[in-house]
Amino acid sequence: MDIWLLILGMALITFAIRYSLFAFPDMRFPPLVRQGLQYVPTAVLSAIVLPGMLIPDGQQWAFSLDNAYLLAGLATIAIAALTRHLLATIGGGLLVFFVLRGLLGQLPL
Amino acid sequence: MSRLQQFLYGGRDSIPMIVGILPFGLIYGALASLAGLSLGQALGMSLLVYAGSAQFIAISLLTLGSGAAVILLTTLVVNLRHVLYSAALQPYIGKLSQRWRVPLAFGLTDETFAVVQRRYLARGMTEHGQWYHAGVALALYLSWVSSSLVGALFGQSVPNLAGWGLDFAMLATFIGIVVPALRNQPQIAAALVAGAVALLCHAWPYKLGLMAAALSGIAVGVWLERCKTPVTVEEGA
Repeated sequence: MDIWLLILGMALITFAIRYSLFAFPDMRFPPLVRQGLQYVPTAVLSAIVLPGMLIPDGQQWAFSLDNAYLLAGLATIAIAALTRHLLATIGGGLLVFFVLRGLLGQLPL
Repeated sequence: MSRLQQFLYGGRDSIPMIVGILPFGLIYGALASLAGLSLGQALGMSLLVYAGSAQFIAISLLTLGSGAAVILLTTLVVNLRHVLYSAALQPYIGKLSQRWRVPLAFGLTDETFAVVQRRYLARGMTEHGQWYHAGVALALYLSWVSSSLVGALFGQSVPNLAGWGLDFAMLATFIGIVVPALRNQPQIAAALVAGAVALLCHAWPYKLGLMAAALSGIAVGVWLERCKTPVTVEEGA
C-alpha cells in the first residue's frame, strides 16, 4: 500500500469533518441545536476526564487508593470548584498528582 | 488588544495542553517508526493529518496489516466528534473569511477546541479574536509535529516515557475548564451523564463510546433545560 496516498486520504477526511460546518457560515441552527451546542464542551470534556481518572491505562478499571489519577483528579476538581481559576487548578492538580505518584513510588526514577 | 498580543495570549494559554501533548507525540513517533514508516512518512502524517487518536489507530491497523479502506473508514469514525466542535464554533468562525476558516478548521483538535471555546464563551469574537485562536492552534500544532519528529528519531531510546503520567496535565486542564462551567442543574447533569456513559462504553472501538457519551450528555442537558423553562410558541416554531 502506498503510505503517502493513505496519509493524504486521512488528511482529507479529517479536514472535511473539521471544516464541515464552517462551510456554511450563513446557516443558523434551529433553537434545539443551539441549545444542545451549549453542552458540547461540558459533555465532551467530562467524557474524556472521567475515564481518564478511573481507567487511566484505557483498559482496566482502577478504583483503588493507589490510583494517583483518581485521587489527584478529585483534588483537582475540588481546587477548581473552590478557586474557579484555570492556572491555579492546573498547577495545584499537577502538584498533587506528582507528590502522590512520588509517595506511591510510581515515578520512573 | 493588538493582533500580536492576542496571538501571544493564545500561545500562553496553550502551555498546559502542550505539556500533555508532548509525551503523546513522542510515543506516536516511536510507534510509527516501529511500524515501519519512514521518518518522512511518520512526520508527514503528523503534518498533514494532525489527529492524534486517528494517527495512533492508523499505525496499529497498519501493523496488523489492515487495508487502506479500513484505515480511512476508521479515521472517519474516530474523528466524527469534531463535527460537534465545528458546529459549536461556527457562530464565531463562520463570520471569518475563507483564508481564516480553512487553517482554523485544519487545527481543530480536542485540545484546541477546549482552549478556544472557553475564550469565545467568555468574550465572544472580539476584534482580532481570531489571532488568539491562531496562537493556540499554531502552538499546539508545532508541539505535535515537533514531538512526533523527536519521537520518530529517538523515541525508541527514551526510557519509560509513558511512565511519568504527563497526560495528567491534560486532565487537569479539562477539569479546570469544565468545573467552573457547572453553574446549573442541566450542565451538572450533562457532565455526570456524559462521564457515566463514557465509563460504561469505554471498551467500544474507534472512540464511539466518547461520541455516545457526548451525545447523551447533550441530550440530558437540553431535556432538563426544557423541563425547567417551557418552550415558548415562537421558539418552538
